[in-house]
Amino acid sequence: MRASHLLLAGIAATALGLTPVLAQESVKIGVIMTYSGQFADAATQMDNGIKLYMKQHGDTVAGKKIEIIRKDTGGPAPDVAKRLAQELVVRDKVDILAGFVLTPNAMAASDVSDQAKKFMVIMNAATAIITTKSNYSTRVSQTLPQVTETLGKWAATKGGVTKAYSMVSDYGPGHDAQGGFERAFKAAGGEIVGAVRMPVANPDFSAFVQRAKDLNPQSIFTFVPGGAQPAALGKAFAERGVNPKTIKIFGTGEVTDDAALKNMGDAALDIITAWHYDHNHDSKLNKDFVAAYKKDFGGDNPNFFALGGYDGMHLIYETLKKTGGKADGDSLIAAAKGLKWESPRGPVSIDPETRDIIQTIYIRRVEKVGGELKNVEFDKIENVKDPVKEAMKK
Amino acid sequence: MATADTPINAPGQTPHQILAAGMRWRPIEIVFWLAALLPFVVAPDYLVLASQIAITALFALSLDLILGYAGIVSLGHAAFFGGGAYTAGIIAKAGWGEPLSGLLIAAIVAGIFGYASSFIIARFRHLTLIMMTLGLGLLLHEAANSAGWLTGGSDGLQGVRMWPLLGTFSFDLWGKVAYTYSLVVLFLLFLVARRLINSPFGLALRGIRENPTRMPAIGAPNNAHIRKIYTIAAAMAGAAGALLAQTTETVSLESLGFQRSAEILVMLVLGGAGRLYGGLIGALIFMVARDQFSGINPQYWYFWIGILLVVVVMFLPNGVLGGLSRLTSLWRSRS
Repeated sequence: MRASHLLLAGIAATALGLTPVLAQESVKIGVIMTYSGQFADAATQMDNGIKLYMKQHGDTVAGKKIEIIRKDTGGPAPDVAKRLAQELVVRDKVDILAGFVLTPNAMAASDVSDQAKKFMVIMNAATAIITTKSNYSTRVSQTLPQVTETLGKWAATKGGVTKAYSMVSDYGPGHDAQGGFERAFKAAGGEIVGAVRMPVANPDFSAFVQRAKDLNPQSIFTFVPGGAQPAALGKAFAERGVNPKTIKIFGTGEVTDDAALKNMGDAALDIITAWHYDHNHDSKLNKDFVAAYKKDFGGDNPNFFALGGYDGMHLIYETLKKTGGKADGDSLIAAAKGLKWESPRGPVSIDPETRDIIQTIYIRRVEKVGGELKNVEFDKIENVKDPVKEAMKK
Repeated sequence: MATADTPINAPGQTPHQILAAGMRWRPIEIVFWLAALLPFVVAPDYLVLASQIAITALFALSLDLILGYAGIVSLGHAAFFGGGAYTAGIIAKAGWGEPLSGLLIAAIVAGIFGYASSFIIARFRHLTLIMMTLGLGLLLHEAANSAGWLTGGSDGLQGVRMWPLLGTFSFDLWGKVAYTYSLVVLFLLFLVARRLINSPFGLALRGIRENPTRMPAIGAPNNAHIRKIYTIAAAMAGAAGALLAQTTETVSLESLGFQRSAEILVMLVLGGAGRLYGGLIGALIFMVARDQFSGINPQYWYFWIGILLVVVVMFLPNGVLGGLSRLTSLWRSRS
């Protein structure tokens, strides 16, 4: 009696253990991000974007259940990112690699994507050449030159300035931002009257701002990493009497993101930035997205990280629908090429040649709307491709 | 792994007997190295992690040589690790992807760095020394950041391509070659460290650690000894960095960073400083715990690591190995 009970229990346990496997095939997505450490906020937003999309669209696509496996790199650590990507492919047998807040991590994982022929969706990392490292990778965020070159051209042609002074942080992305802006600004007939590179971890910008002010340039282009720095820079501008109304200040979206605006206060007024997404973007899709996000995640506004996660999942879902659930790298990347969709940021598509994103870049000005500082879009440039890869083609 | 630190003033033993006893292979050591082969059979899915544990263990061993034996507290040891990693990476990027010669060159370059800085290191002790090593590490980190044309800056070094090991074994996704390579290098350099420690030179180092003012009085040249071991440790750390660069084909600024210096110190303390296996065990425990905790909860796993460290420091002040050897000696005295 007892033996037969045991046997029954054994059979039941085995059956239970097997059920999920038999019931439904799944598509596994390995998400590699900086869940801990100083870039944890970015990963949280991105992860929220992923969660929101899956909540709205269900966890089953083309008959396959979507399974997410999350891995933490804890900061810029390409050796860890590469190991995690290898383990995800070898041990967890994932079909898709996704996430990637930081460039070095995305670069390292690209090797694995290329070697193992796994579809890879970059949801943020913004250095232009990342997508050239794997034939199976695509990007749904932005590239830095896409933003800064667009801004440089806009400043010289429509921005009403011919001279600019450049102030950027002294590290890779800063150099890229400066290069992009200068190239396009000069090509459009502008002149760079001077440039300074500031230490990356810099708490006080007054000396740099004073130097810029002494030259009395028509405009200043600036790029600093997000976080505490934009506020410190904005304060230095205000304290040294650089008025964005007389000396125009141009920057990328990080300079005037929500947290920075809160810290800068009125010093931020009239700063002009170029970026691909802001939660104030006026479209029904975006309003719904922002409302749903705020409802689910404690009232925070989604930023471009959250959008990256959300659109990244959209890309994965749509490509899986197109392949009928086939999740091998070749099918998915073929399905991703040329894919077009309406994102909360506006119309976007994947360039069939470079597998990078084509999107609208918005020119915004900080204004006070209803007592609140906001990035107000007042001009836009449509269908912007990554200029670096365009130049490589020539 | 009860390779308890050989007591310096063991009664009734000549120094030569002490050193000879240290060189004898204990059964537990043989078990340890055989166990290092287990991942090939037991956990073939974990070989990539195993290779990085072996590399970290080698790095911890190099720190143990200067911290555990010579008493040089360093918060900038990653400078040599990163120096080796960048050297190996840059050589490979420049078109010479042969791993073994790359490893050797990286170790030599790191050794030269170590020798150059050892002149400063040998002059200071205690807090000043910590600040010096910290400062040197930060300087190198900043130099690598600003030399973007050479190092790739904060994007990391790109375009590192390794040739197959010994011309036949190319680095695979499963990490078989990576682990074999790392483990063999770790074992060989461990033998070197073991020989060093159980030599009169190693004994002199421990003398410096215990009483730096008395050693010159009995005719031991402190500074020369410190310079020598610092150079050796730097070369060893450089080899570890080169292994990481070669097996992952990436190098980033983080390999030079303060975080890496601090973490390796934590691992060594965790395992037990001043014991040959301390760094090895510490790296093993730390890396496995990190992998497991961060697998369970990618966001808040550092909390559990913190708890683990607090518990070890509170109850095992001499590290895991220190605790084990206390247990075994208690056991022996009782029976």
